[in-house]
Amino acid sequence: MANIVQFENVGLRYGTGPETLSDVSFTLTAGAFYFLTGASGAGKTSLLKLLYLAQRPSRGIIRLFGEDAVTLPRKRLPGFRRRIGVVFQDFRLVPHLSAYDNIALPLRVAGIPESDIEGPVREMLAWVGLAERANAKPPTLSGGEQQRIAIARAIIARPEILVADEPTGNVDPDMAERLLHLFGSLNRLGTTVVVATHDFHLLNRIPNAQMMRIDNGRLSDPTGSLRFPPRAPDDSE
Amino acid sequence: MARRQSPSHRLLDEGRRQRTMIAIMAIMVFLTVLAAAFGLGAARSARSLDADLAGRLTVQVVEADAARRDAAVEAILTKLRTDPDVARAAEVDRARLAELLRPWLGDAGLDAGVPMPAMIDIDLRNASDAAVGRVEAIAAAASTQTRVDRNASWLAPVRRFVTTLAMLAAALVLLMALATGAVVLLAARAGLDGHRSTIDILHMLGSTDVQVARLFQRRIAIDTLTGGLIGAIAAIVIAWLLQAQLAVLGSQILNGSALAPEDWALLALLPFLFALLAMVAARLSVLRALRSRL
Repeated sequence: MANIVQFENVGLRYGTGPETLSDVSFTLTAGAFYFLTGASGAGKTSLLKLLYLAQRPSRGIIRLFGEDAVTLPRKRLPGFRRRIGVVFQDFRLVPHLSAYDNIALPLRVAGIPESDIEGPVREMLAWVGLAERANAKPPTLSGGEQQRIAIARAIIARPEILVADEPTGNVDPDMAERLLHLFGSLNRLGTTVVVATHDFHLLNRIPNAQMMRIDNGRLSDPTGSLRFPPRAPDDSE
Repeated sequence: MARRQSPSHRLLDEGRRQRTMIAIMAIMVFLTVLAAAFGLGAARSARSLDADLAGRLTVQVVEADAARRDAAVEAILTKLRTDPDVARAAEVDRARLAELLRPWLGDAGLDAGVPMPAMIDIDLRNASDAAVGRVEAIAAAASTQTRVDRNASWLAPVRRFVTTLAMLAAALVLLMALATGAVVLLAARAGLDGHRSTIDILHMLGSTDVQVARLFQRRIAIDTLTGGLIGAIAAIVIAWLLQAQLAVLGSQILNGSALAPEDWALLALLPFLFALLAMVAARLSVLRALRSRL
């Protein structure tokens, strides 16, 4: 299958500080499921920010959907971002909007007519088990409920890539498994899924999921190479 | 159902800030409409003075001898009435002159022996220098003891003052428009800061800058229009009451400042113009600010 994301020797530095990410190289195949693991502060969130275009790298090459994402003109960013669903670690729900309106946001941003929004949003609310909380505002929801709203918002527009930063960090184990099952279902429908987590119990829950590990801003894998997936022995530069 | 209604306006949760903006805009437009009403009235007054006085002359015949004075008046009137530029020429009634002079001369003004000057009022069709020059020549030919006064020249200082007032009012309206633009810029910047997290979320979901700017420009336009209509209605009512009070004073200059229907229409249009100005200022401000973000 085609590569949907390609990072080549990517480095990221905030201001004049040390590099948060160094020499990160990997490719993601369309339709695959990836776990990104690593200790807190290892650089998972920074890497995801590059992936969902919230940050430009300090150096290196990033190709997204076959195009150079580093030099992508600013006016083209919205089109790319609509193809990526993001579940933020801190949810980032709009606090004064209801659960319904938060989930509907990506569709409204994409200009979907209001008449075509209610059905999918209701379906999504039911899917994440919050059909009864449609009118509730985020501050009145529990952390787990907010997380599910954030996930529903990320996937309602059927993105080509779903990026989730610690999506199960605020839910109980049953709900974590259920959410992971949702991601798996979405992945089977063709969405490339990248889930950042430090919960090793989840890694076995998705068959065929691939794992990337990041340590101190550098991507590693069981072979010790800086490239993911590891090069085959006969794969020359 | 509430959520089926246009939802985008709910993205910017303004609350108290929105009420403050409406109040500020009401005050700004109130002052602007009053200044504009004042300026339009002054401009009307200046035009009225021009129309009333531009072609009006007074010829004084100051001959002491009554017979020569009357002959000169007759000669002047005869020639003026054949002049194509003269619309009307008539001697001022002596009894009326005596009445005007009664405070100084008492009943002596009615005495034919008292050498009172004769006065001729002239309305010109065309108040050109050539026409005035011709009147001066006619008067001089009839008698050396004549003087031609342009009525406009008496009131030139008043005319200048009224024009200055009109220009001052126009400058005030312009300043208020600039101040409104500045308030909108500040409000838009404050709104951007206040909604930074919402805007970041919208950007991450694929919102374009124009979509975000549209949220702000619509909000600010609605607030400006709401406040503007309140301010404009209050100012128009006050202007109307003032005009009604001026009407009973009976002053020619003040009556000339009465606003015409088109003036009232222009005043009523001001809140809409300000809303448009606010919308454009908000859009430009937000787009400019967003350019610095990824």
